[in-house]
Amino acid sequence: MSRRSNSPYFLLTPAMLTTVATLAICMVVLMVLAVARQSYLDIDLTFSTHNVELALTSPLILKLMVKSALISFGVTLLSLVLAYPIAYLLAFDLTRNKLLWLMLFTLPCWISYLLRVLSWKLILGYQGMINTSLMGLGIIDQPIEALLYNSTSVVIALTHAWAPFAILPIYVSLEKIDRSLIRASGDLSDTPMQTFFRVILPLSLPGVTAAFVLVFIPTFGDYVTPHLLGGPTGVMIGNFIAMQFGASNNWPLGAAVALLAMLVATLLVCIFIAGSRHAIKAIR
Amino acid sequence: MRKVRLFYAMIYFIVLYLPIVLIIAFSFNDSVYIAFPLKAFTLRWYHAAMENQQLLSAFSNSMIIAVTTAILATFSGMLAAMATTRYRFRGRSLATVSLFVPLALPTVVTGVALLSIFMMTGLGLSLATVILGHLMICTPFSYGVLVSRFDGLSPDFERASMDLGEPPLATFFRVTLPLAMPGIVSSLLLTFTISFDEFILAFFLSSNSPTLPVFMWSQMRFPDRLPLVLALASVVIIVSSILIVISQRLRSKQA
Repeated sequence: MSRRSNSPYFLLTPAMLTTVATLAICMVVLMVLAVARQSYLDIDLTFSTHNVELALTSPLILKLMVKSALISFGVTLLSLVLAYPIAYLLAFDLTRNKLLWLMLFTLPCWISYLLRVLSWKLILGYQGMINTSLMGLGIIDQPIEALLYNSTSVVIALTHAWAPFAILPIYVSLEKIDRSLIRASGDLSDTPMQTFFRVILPLSLPGVTAAFVLVFIPTFGDYVTPHLLGGPTGVMIGNFIAMQFGASNNWPLGAAVALLAMLVATLLVCIFIAGSRHAIKAIR
Repeated sequence: MRKVRLFYAMIYFIVLYLPIVLIIAFSFNDSVYIAFPLKAFTLRWYHAAMENQQLLSAFSNSMIIAVTTAILATFSGMLAAMATTRYRFRGRSLATVSLFVPLALPTVVTGVALLSIFMMTGLGLSLATVILGHLMICTPFSYGVLVSRFDGLSPDFERASMDLGEPPLATFFRVTLPLAMPGIVSSLLLTFTISFDEFILAFFLSSNSPTLPVFMWSQMRFPDRLPLVLALASVVIIVSSILIVISQRLRSKQA
């Protein structure tokens, strides 16, 4: 194995073809489609900014974009807050079977996302667990319909599905913290609270940021959860995109909105990363 | 404070697994209605699932896709991991980062983009198109697993083998491959599970040969078929869990 050769480039080729190259083609195709027009069943590829303009100016798309951002932002923050103590527990409190517990807390991440969303129907539904138990206890006379088919049910199901994903990166960054820094902070008469906010939290920030990206990106574009649990008020931008490639059959508009959604998601992630860096400076 | 955290973790754990437990519980429930209280124990939904032809063909589609995806993703992930851990070359860190880029996009975007590519080029949709979509999201995971495996392997063994006159290919098969094997098996199991359970890309790219998740999605519209979906879901959940647990254990094994 010679250290200076073309071999690494050959070795990288298959993986690069299925990831980066395919992705690049995807982006090109979306861009070409976005400046085309749908004419009935065919796509007219002559250049037109019609759909891009529509994507940028339509109040409906703007509304869905804002709602998706709000839902996804709420889900991400909830996920981070809920996951942090678990990551902390795994990193600092547990000494034995750490990896086993880490696995048990993150196992559901890998199991069919569709099924985990479906399961919330069994809990929140008309005859679901909450309604039937409350009625059994005599607290309510008839099922609460408001539990399902709104943005709250979407937030609950999404948080449940994605919070475990946030545990892993936070745990990794907490595990990396040099324990002597924490002891030093205590020796210099910081209260445990001060130690947490001035030492542990700032040092775990890379993990929190990674967790943010890991949860925010997929939830922003999700359409499974809103479709199954969202009802008419829980629709998100992913549903709109999927619909353009399905029933509405307006692929160019779908492509324009997909590109826009991607840009918005990336932009919001960048804003968050910049914001969290700023916040940490302020804390210190 | 530690007690509070332990208590919180307990609640978290229960809520985390509650929906999964409910799916399994209702799959044995002798009633078409998914409502409490649970009725008698039955296996009829499992029998019904095993006799459903559409389900069986969806299952075989999913198997073909997941096995092919796992093998191809692990193979290309392994080669890429060897490249970035065994060589120093220009663009190495760029390559490392860019292999993870597919995970930084909402899947719905990649789904519609791939659909557009296949339809506009006239390739049409088939099992192969789903495999291509799944390779895109599975290769980063395979690469991630195998990079940490190769990082933990000292290149000294390979060097020793070559110093003793083994040609590179023999060194690869007799030294590198056996040492990397736990990582390879871990990657195969992980990517198989991801592909088998993946829904969004399969939904856009499978057309009239649905995968198992797409089949389940199509059945969810009919309330009376929900118990059958739950029986199927229970099997998928249990098998996926076992594969992931094995995969993770192999991964944490020291080199």
